[in-house]
Amino acid sequence: MTATMVAPTLQTRNQAAAPAKIAIRNLDFFYGDNRALKAIDLDFADRQVTGLIGPSGCGKSTLLRCLNRMYDLYPGQRATGEAMMDGQNILAPDIDLNDLRSRIGMVFQKPTPFPMSIRDNITFGVKLHERLSKAAMDERVEWSLGRAALWDEVKDRLDAPAGGLSGGQQQRLCIARSIAVRPDVILFDEPTSALDPISTLKVEELIDELKGDFTIAIITHNMQQAARCADRVAFFYLGEMVEVGTAAQMFTAPRQQRTQEYITGRFS
Amino acid sequence: MRCAQSGAPKSSTDVAGVPLNPDCTNLDRTVPDIAAPAPTARPARRSRAVSGDTIYAAATTTAGVFVLLLLGAIIASLFIGGWPALRAFGPGFIFDTEWDPVQEVFGAGVSIYGTLLTSIMALVLAVPLAFGIAFYLTELAPAWLRRPVGTAIELLAAVPSIIFGMWGFYVIVPLMAQTIQPAVIDTFVDIPLLEDFFAGPPFGTGLFTAALILAVMVLPFIAATMRDVFLTVPAVFKESAYGVGATTWEVMRSIVVPYTRAAVVGGIMLGLGRALGETMAVTFVIGNTNRIATSLFGPGNTIASIVALEFPESPAGSLKLASLLALGFVLFVISFIVLAISRILLRPRAKG
Amino acid sequence: MGTTTLSPARNATVAAALGRRRKRIDRLTRILCIAATVIGLAMLASILATLLMRGLGGLSLDVFTRITLPPGSSGGLLNAIVGSLIQTAIGTAIGTPVGLLVGTYLSEYARGSQLGTAVRFVSDVLLSAPSILIGLFVYTVLVDPFGGFSGIAGGVALAVIVIPIVVRTTEDMLQLIPVALREAAVALGAPKWRSIVFVCYPAAREGIVTGMLLAVARIAGETAPLLFTSLGNLNWSLSLTQPMASLPVTIYQYAGSAFDDWVALAWVGALLITFGVLAVNILARLVLRRRG
Repeated sequence: MTATMVAPTLQTRNQAAAPAKIAIRNLDFFYGDNRALKAIDLDFADRQVTGLIGPSGCGKSTLLRCLNRMYDLYPGQRATGEAMMDGQNILAPDIDLNDLRSRIGMVFQKPTPFPMSIRDNITFGVKLHERLSKAAMDERVEWSLGRAALWDEVKDRLDAPAGGLSGGQQQRLCIARSIAVRPDVILFDEPTSALDPISTLKVEELIDELKGDFTIAIITHNMQQAARCADRVAFFYLGEMVEVGTAAQMFTAPRQQRTQEYITGRFS
Repeated sequence: MRCAQSGAPKSSTDVAGVPLNPDCTNLDRTVPDIAAPAPTARPARRSRAVSGDTIYAAATTTAGVFVLLLLGAIIASLFIGGWPALRAFGPGFIFDTEWDPVQEVFGAGVSIYGTLLTSIMALVLAVPLAFGIAFYLTELAPAWLRRPVGTAIELLAAVPSIIFGMWGFYVIVPLMAQTIQPAVIDTFVDIPLLEDFFAGPPFGTGLFTAALILAVMVLPFIAATMRDVFLTVPAVFKESAYGVGATTWEVMRSIVVPYTRAAVVGGIMLGLGRALGETMAVTFVIGNTNRIATSLFGPGNTIASIVALEFPESPAGSLKLASLLALGFVLFVISFIVLAISRILLRPRAKG
Repeated sequence: MGTTTLSPARNATVAAALGRRRKRIDRLTRILCIAATVIGLAMLASILATLLMRGLGGLSLDVFTRITLPPGSSGGLLNAIVGSLIQTAIGTAIGTPVGLLVGTYLSEYARGSQLGTAVRFVSDVLLSAPSILIGLFVYTVLVDPFGGFSGIAGGVALAVIVIPIVVRTTEDMLQLIPVALREAAVALGAPKWRSIVFVCYPAAREGIVTGMLLAVARIAGETAPLLFTSLGNLNWSLSLTQPMASLPVTIYQYAGSAFDDWVALAWVGALLITFGVLAVNILARLVLRRRG
């Protein structure tokens, strides 16, 4: 059943076609003494969508939070191994975190509009890294809201508080906020799980539209969504990466028994 | 109207405590229907359960109403006790700066001025420090230090106010008189206006010293409140800001502070409420003079300090005692307004 | 869609310069915050050090066995200590049950009602109301009409301070009890009051005890309300209808006196009251932490 969901175009893409933007090698992650990720090897192909699937607590979110070093905020959490991006190891202790996070954006499960106007939500991140004229900043605001398919809905109320937007609009604002910084990579952590079906569809279209310009990683619990959005899919279970392949291959002919069981809904 | 779930405390109200169905809430308070077994089975036990519940509900409600009456009684007693003075001096009582027990002329002007000035100076000194402490405790301190440092700051709030008075009188006053005041007076000696602000003999006591002690006293209250409200900011908001590359300070300034602005102001008002009514510490160091000093280092009085200091020489029934009670009434009104604003601002955020 | 295209690299020099500036500001704020915290801790340290330096020397058995005497006759603080214990006990004994009932009302009976909102608001205002006003209030209702200062009036004034503290902790702690626990009691057919008294109170025991201890710590050091109610008494008296000595008021009288031995005794009293209050405060925290 899931196989029929896969768009035909996806089948033409394959693993070797794109070089890796981020190459993870032998990554371990620890919450204190608890080893939450075990020897992960995974490539995120440049300007493609990599979907991460697996049951709750399998380590998908943890992996995503390694890529922008979000775990650094919390004591007792650490990662070992390698995650190379543009010749730099993301996990190296001396890396500039602010710069790293300007190159790797993140969109969370629930919309997180900052307590300020719609415009300020966009300019907040931009101002951190660039000095732009007012005109250039206005242009950037329009561009990023346009890319997030939100411009037409909010162009007349840019100075209204962002909290007044609907849930779906707030999530697209958060996507626009990430885009505005012009990162190379955007991480999506279950971006549609708090949204209604119509908003979900919009966000999915948006992700498809963005992958021409950005390398994207997306966590989802929704198999159809993974099949629709992702070029390649990696399945995680109990802190290990069980297998990775093109979306078509993963949903039609998974190599591993556990993958088969998970995607057919035998456990979750 | 039947309401099957009325007995379960959570089911008749939503998360914010707003009743989904007013009828259920009312039943919740008066009719213990779920508490009793089916009436057909054991009618005898039902009646006993009803009476037990009725008694307990009545007892707790009475206690609640008693608290309201208590506040009313405090206001009324101060107003009635102060009435002879309010009648004798009229509304001018609040502004009159005369306080002459020999002539029996009493005005609240000097002590209201001293109360407001010392409290506001105390906040100017305490708020930046409290913000720094709260920021340090929520975002910067290593995990193992947060609890001990936080506890130490809270313990500062537990030190009795008379101890602050003695500490102020024996430690801070000499420091002010010998070191700080001469230095400040020398610095501003030839600058017009500022010269007057700091003029006068360096006694060490006075309005500024009182404000300094008050600042130390309210510091832990404001810091603890700020820390608690900073902790209410969901981690995901902060992570979003870190996610676009913000530094810790930028997250604090742009996310945490705007998100908690109302409650932060509420915490500051709570500190102000404390400072306004503080008695013993101020009494030791204020200098106890009933005239308005132009210098910040000059002596003065606050409402609380004049009441504490003059009360022993105010016989029952005298106009002086009535004036002190009237002062108490004025202090109550000011404190009530400040504390009320504080409570409104500190109310938990509405959902969404 | 947009009007600009995504340029592959932003201006690295500008970003680096901005980054350096932002990091400098971040570092500066960190240093200022650490400084603020150090200042706050230094205040506590200075107070405790002052108390130890000036109070420890005068600490002797006489302090606990002799009553306050005229200057030069090496008195103690026995009557003040006993007076403080009595008045604190009265304040706690009256204030705790009332506070417990009000807290129960707010948590269990008044959810969403306007009366409950008003009671909660007034109780919170009383929590921070100037204690000197509570002293004046009790003076006008208990001292003036009934012909004099008394230990019982002091205890009542302290009780008024205890009530809102116990209300706050009781309500907070009852709110933390899982719904399932109450439902389990109700499902057994227990009337609401029984489920409160025999299930909720025991479950919230540590929290309620903590509130009581915090209240004791607060009133044990209160001076202002006692000036107008129990007044202070330099002689030995256990009568609740007579003026009664207390540690804070005795400290107040002695600290401002011109006699060196009285001032020294005031520091001993200050040392005792402060470390006593802080010890009870820490105990209250430990009780709450045991809850896990």
